[in-house]
Amino acid sequence: MRNPHRTQKIAFAFLFLAILLILVPVGLIVFVIIQKGLPGISWQFLSDMPRQGMRAGGIFPAIIGTIYLASGAILFSLPIGLLAAIYLSEYAKDNLLTRIIKLAIVNLAGVPSVVFGLFGLSLFVVFFKFGASILAGAMTLGILVLPVIITASRTALESVPQSFREVSLSLGASKWQTIRHIVLPNAIPGILTGVVLEIGRAAGETAPILFTVAAFYLPQLPESVFDQTMALPYHLYVISTQVPNVAEKIRYGTAFVLLAIVLSMNLIAVIMRNKFRKLKKW
Amino acid sequence: MVAFKIRDLNIWFNDVHALKQVSLDVEANEILSIIGPSNSGKTTFLRMLNRLNDLEPSFRMEGEVKFEKEDIIRMDAETVRRKVGMVFALPLPLPLSIFDNVAYGVRMQGIRHKGKLTAQVEEALKQAYLWEEVKDRLSESAFKLSGGQQQRLCIARTLAVAPQVILFDEPCSGLDPISTAKVEEAMLKLKQKYTIVLVTNNVKQAARVGDRTAFFLSGELIELDQTDKIFTAPADKRTDGYIRGKFG
Repeated sequence: MRNPHRTQKIAFAFLFLAILLILVPVGLIVFVIIQKGLPGISWQFLSDMPRQGMRAGGIFPAIIGTIYLASGAILFSLPIGLLAAIYLSEYAKDNLLTRIIKLAIVNLAGVPSVVFGLFGLSLFVVFFKFGASILAGAMTLGILVLPVIITASRTALESVPQSFREVSLSLGASKWQTIRHIVLPNAIPGILTGVVLEIGRAAGETAPILFTVAAFYLPQLPESVFDQTMALPYHLYVISTQVPNVAEKIRYGTAFVLLAIVLSMNLIAVIMRNKFRKLKKW
Repeated sequence: MVAFKIRDLNIWFNDVHALKQVSLDVEANEILSIIGPSNSGKTTFLRMLNRLNDLEPSFRMEGEVKFEKEDIIRMDAETVRRKVGMVFALPLPLPLSIFDNVAYGVRMQGIRHKGKLTAQVEEALKQAYLWEEVKDRLSESAFKLSGGQQQRLCIARTLAVAPQVILFDEPCSGLDPISTAKVEEAMLKLKQKYTIVLVTNNVKQAARVGDRTAFFLSGELIELDQTDKIFTAPADKRTDGYIRGKFG
């Protein structure tokens, strides 16, 4: 005999187990990084140049580099991505070509990041002659995050009720006025969700910056966008695999800082999103 | 005077023939009620008058719609919609404050002058019989108003743009009887200044407020006459059947 109550209990148990399977590894990773990384954190570690072949000193240039690269990537991809999303959701006719383009953009999000790295190398570094530079690296990361930015923005724009558009148009507003004053303000929280996701990705990716910007060791800060820079994910890779005898607390300290930067950038975006969400009233 | 002159209007959405050979005139300063069962083409007809059907990609039309002797297809859509306002079936405030809702259409015309905006908003709210209820809370969200108040806000918002015609698309379908009475009262007053086309599912409402009444069925205009005539001695027996509640 089937007991619906028992079936429900079993289903709940499985669902709970699934959550546990996600939470436990994440919790463990964060725990290990904090436990092993926190002892390495000091003012000197955060503000000094690397010394003694990166076995001592700080990681300041890598922190600055990662902040430059992540913000550069968003600065480059958000305007382009948003404009593309507005075009796709508001202006493009719903035909086969549009659907193929939308599908292609979604698929682009699944392309391995090293492919974007090679693309950035051949387009920005070689063809546009930017050389290995912050500009080339930020643009490569920008291209990497573009598909998710477009898709998230498009979804956010499309979820603004059609009735709002009709009301705005029926009051004599033009299509652009409707987008500018009604659709866009109500889509901002959803757009920021995409930005939140992609800041972390831009800050954490190694492969795209490997060929386009990242310096193995650079004992000074970049002076222009055409300079190379160190960056946290690549620095972490270098001190973990390429340089022997780096103290564990330096390696985990670096990971800790990377995690903290990503989380605090996300936090800023989440706070902004909540602020805009309060304005949303339906 | 004739506000709209419609001749041989046919409308399709993809293969669906939504309106068939409709010809009628809408007189200035009258309330023309349009009744008919669901899917009879009432709303499609109404949305033709302010070119909202254009938003539907599968929309196709034949025939002629003239607004004050001008072909509305040749006019630009924003101008048509400014002159022909619309109140929708559900109260649909924009996610803005009460004031900004009413000021929205005016601002979109490029009017930014604070004093002029305030004056126009106040005037529109008074005409919609809402001013007394909201004058102290203009900066609150429009969503805090009750359903009936929201619908009168939508009327005020339409009036603020200073249209010549107001289209009502089942404006009372979500309202209680008291709110409905208030909206109807507003309509009767508005008719002195505006031409009103009212689509309604409520046959009694058509009888209460309409000067003339049109009956649509399956995309065809079956009958159009003085409201008294339609409700006492309709020429077509389908009209009679619908009014008596035999179908629809």
